[in-house]
Amino acid sequence: MAEFTLPANSKIGVGDTYKAEGATNIKTFKVYRWTPDDGKNPRIDTYEVDMDSCGPMILDALIKIKNETDSSLTFRRSCREGVCGSCAMNIDGTNTLACTKYIADVPGDIKIYPLPHMPVVKDLVPDLNVAYAQLASIEPWLKNESPAPERERLQSPEERAKLDGLWECILCFSCTTSCPSYWWNGERYLGPAVLLQAYRWIVDSRDEATGERLDQLEDPFRLYRCHTIMNCTKTCPKSLNPAKAIAEIKKMMVERAV
Amino acid sequence: MSSANRSARPLSPHLQVYKPQLTSVLSITHRATGIALSVGILYLVAWLCAASSSADTYAIFAWFNGSVVGRIMLFGWTFCLFFHLYNGIRHLFWDAGYGFELKAAYNSGWAVVGATAVSTVGAWLLAYAVR
Repeated sequence: MAEFTLPANSKIGVGDTYKAEGATNIKTFKVYRWTPDDGKNPRIDTYEVDMDSCGPMILDALIKIKNETDSSLTFRRSCREGVCGSCAMNIDGTNTLACTKYIADVPGDIKIYPLPHMPVVKDLVPDLNVAYAQLASIEPWLKNESPAPERERLQSPEERAKLDGLWECILCFSCTTSCPSYWWNGERYLGPAVLLQAYRWIVDSRDEATGERLDQLEDPFRLYRCHTIMNCTKTCPKSLNPAKAIAEIKKMMVERAV
Repeated sequence: MSSANRSARPLSPHLQVYKPQLTSVLSITHRATGIALSVGILYLVAWLCAASSSADTYAIFAWFNGSVVGRIMLFGWTFCLFFHLYNGIRHLFWDAGYGFELKAAYNSGWAVVGATAVSTVGAWLLAYAVR
């Protein structure tokens, strides 16, 4: 059953304010904070950042805060160029990558939260273990019974083109955690990111487990909790289309049944 | 990390912080209008039963429908009917695999909003005109 409010231990309080003394070009960041160490509820800390000595991206500001103001601020980041998916978070009300989101694109104060409706490990770091287990459940690798050819398994350019818009997914889970259906049924519904991965293997001409893969998804929850809300496609920082991938799976289910 | 520690983890905010999107707002409106129409069909059946029972019973319905509250309810159901109809057509296209590009989804979404407004107001203007 859907819980629309936050549990008692998750309600958010007001935290500290860190002023940028002497700075003239200030942007204010309001950042979700929680640590397992003090037994307190989450809070919002306010950081003023001097834009004259800060890079252009949200991630630049977070790194600057961590380096110069508050070393306890915790977040994931790695590639800083939108290919690793580590720094996915909720910025200005939608999910995206901190490294590819411009500070200048957000009017007013910038509110930053972890990916929505996930257990928080610390600050902006969500626990993605369930999502990773769901990814493993669709067996995201090539399954093939026929004997291996001497060289690689060949694909025509047309067959290869079917994977475009799918292989680019970096598994940041921005889409999955933007989906209200996943919020309410995340333990049983696989969510857009994992279903896009499932489709990536279903349409791969070299994969021979299509029927088996469809069987595994034929379930009221795993696949059919998608109600075409389309928050996933709207928020994808790589401009991919999980909603369309899910629709294609649903179509294949119908086509094989008739 | 221990399982005891894990269960103490807070849930990150969701509805509280996620900005309403055209995509999600139209989706939840589709569900809400569907529920309202389910209630409306019961009212419609009661209305028809009244019409088939006696003039006095029907007069009660006619009086209530003509009252301010009755008209607001009927106007609401008119809106629900047109919204659910047009957005339902949008869903049929999606089920056939069309209209998933973000631009198409936004265009069709705004088209549903516009068509619902025009149809709802138009139906009532027409109803008052022929009365």
